[in-house]
Amino acid sequence: MESNHLIELVNVTKEYSGEKALDNINLYIRNGEFLTLLGPSGCGKTTMLRIIAGFTMPTNGDVYLDGKRVNEVPPYKRRVNTVFQKYALFTHLNVFDNVAFGLKLKKVGKKEIQRRVESILELVNLKGYERRWIDQLSGGQQQRVAIARALVNDPEVLLLDEPLSALDKKLRKDMQVELKRMQQAVGITFVYVTHDQEEALTMSDTVVVMNEGKIQQIGTPQDIYNEPKNKFVAQFIGESNIIDGVMLQDYLVSFKGSAYQCVDTGFEPNEPVDVVIRPEDVDIVPLGSAPLTGVITDVVFMGVHYAITVNCNEFSLMVHTTDYVPVGEHVSVQILPDAIHVMKKPKTLDESEAIEATQEMKAIEEGMDAEEQ
Amino acid sequence: MVKRLANFLKHSYLGLVLLFMYAPIAILILFSFTDSRTMSKWQGWSLGAYEKLFADGAVWVAVKNSVSIALISATVATIIGTFAAIGIYSMKKRRRMVIENITQLPMVNPDLVTGISFMLLFTAIGFTSGYLRMLIAHITFNLPYVIFSVMPRLRQSSNRLYEAALDLGCTPMKALTKVVIPDIMPGIISGFILAFTLSIDDFVISWFAAEGVQNISIYVYSIARRGIPSHINALSALMFVVVAALLVIVNLRSIKQEREAEAQANKLRSK
Repeated sequence: MESNHLIELVNVTKEYSGEKALDNINLYIRNGEFLTLLGPSGCGKTTMLRIIAGFTMPTNGDVYLDGKRVNEVPPYKRRVNTVFQKYALFTHLNVFDNVAFGLKLKKVGKKEIQRRVESILELVNLKGYERRWIDQLSGGQQQRVAIARALVNDPEVLLLDEPLSALDKKLRKDMQVELKRMQQAVGITFVYVTHDQEEALTMSDTVVVMNEGKIQQIGTPQDIYNEPKNKFVAQFIGESNIIDGVMLQDYLVSFKGSAYQCVDTGFEPNEPVDVVIRPEDVDIVPLGSAPLTGVITDVVFMGVHYAITVNCNEFSLMVHTTDYVPVGEHVSVQILPDAIHVMKKPKTLDESEAIEATQEMKAIEEGMDAEEQ
Repeated sequence: MVKRLANFLKHSYLGLVLLFMYAPIAILILFSFTDSRTMSKWQGWSLGAYEKLFADGAVWVAVKNSVSIALISATVATIIGTFAAIGIYSMKKRRRMVIENITQLPMVNPDLVTGISFMLLFTAIGFTSGYLRMLIAHITFNLPYVIFSVMPRLRQSSNRLYEAALDLGCTPMKALTKVVIPDIMPGIISGFILAFTLSIDDFVISWFAAEGVQNISIYVYSIARRGIPSHINALSALMFVVVAALLVIVNLRSIKQEREAEAQANKLRSK
């Protein structure tokens, strides 16, 4: 095992009464990285976090922490701390005692506790709030206390379970930047769970996209966004046009009756593929200056850009552009080779069905939660 | 006519309700300040009843029994009941529902049945200590009420609190004492108060379960057969005043807490 693999999950499966919440997961997390588990509700991301924290035991497979197998190690003996979704702060204690809770249990000296709590409260911008009660704090402040309470124990890993989901949009954006800053300041490995793709792309070093208990793709935010591995990832991350196509040969793909130059290789000749075209990668140009033509059918102002739908005979293309084009205008659409991303077709079931299936999974997981309680 | 009746009710309805509720107690307190054999005639102001009360040794033995049994049984029932509630709460859904219902059944069981069954049980096993018989009976009938008042608080409390405590290094037992129990403390306290009140109030179960020991209600019952002596009026009046005072203190405290919380909330909002 390589020394910089802090956490390693090997063939981890978790079943709840026959339903697989996690299906043969293999994942390693490097020391000091900010890793995000991203996926729709019920994809297994929270189960994975709970397995790392020690609240849930895998049905099969092994969990390694710092090279040691920890399957049977209870949470209070793991050097892992969690920031819970609804913070789970202790309302019978004030801010100081909440943050000092873990240190007191470890019998750290009084002066040392004082020093560490003060410095961590400074890190989370809550200096001077020591004597406040939890219900005297706003949502954002409670969030910071929860982070401080976990971080002050100097864990090897900090697990964060959708910590920003209860905050309003503006505050959430600020906290994303804050969290990244804190992670860089303390240098602790963060494992972050979210269903918000924007959050994942903004903060992470590595993003793990999950669906139906399986890892769909692991990569940097850039990889995940620009080179989605399959239709599910492409649809879940950002907006995209996904079109059925055939890979004619290396660097040449055909869809909707025309062949296009592309930058992808490594497919069988005439292999059926999914073609992803991000709406911001295509451009609307004057009629005749590109081979693909169509009619503007819909224009929506989005603030920074317009979301324009172009009907090109057989299919509609979503285009994001800063230039306004009126509805009804005949235009050409320019698709340059590097705007086209070719993906293998999923082997088994259609992934769009999989997205619907996650709704069911969500219901099942909620049922489990209720039963656990 | 109807309108006038409606108007009259509108202004006096609450007053009438309160009058019906408090008139008997008012009469009792009034008659504790006169010294008469019968309550049919007013014989002038006197503190004689109170003098007699403080001179009567048997009353104070009964009061001591009532208070000590109420305190001990409420405490023991609160401890056992709280842990039982936590245990029941952490069970799987179906088992939890079954057990919860079984534990709540004794609350609707008639006191008479409970009392007689205690008497039979104690006689059958040859348990003779009157005081302990009463104590054990009180602990037992208090238990469901404690579970009943702790349970809703546990439901409000989040499982995540327990997990957060484990996460920060608590063993399961420490997580319970340091986090879960403080969180459900309001439920535990109301369970204790309920148990204390029920115990000090009880007559039927005590009467059958215990033998040769008198609490206040048994004592009053045993002498009331020969007409109620005036010092019992005095005792009842004193008991009412003590309970009323406790109630006022508890309510004032919660009003004060609410006001503070409101003030803090306002302060937060204005920021």
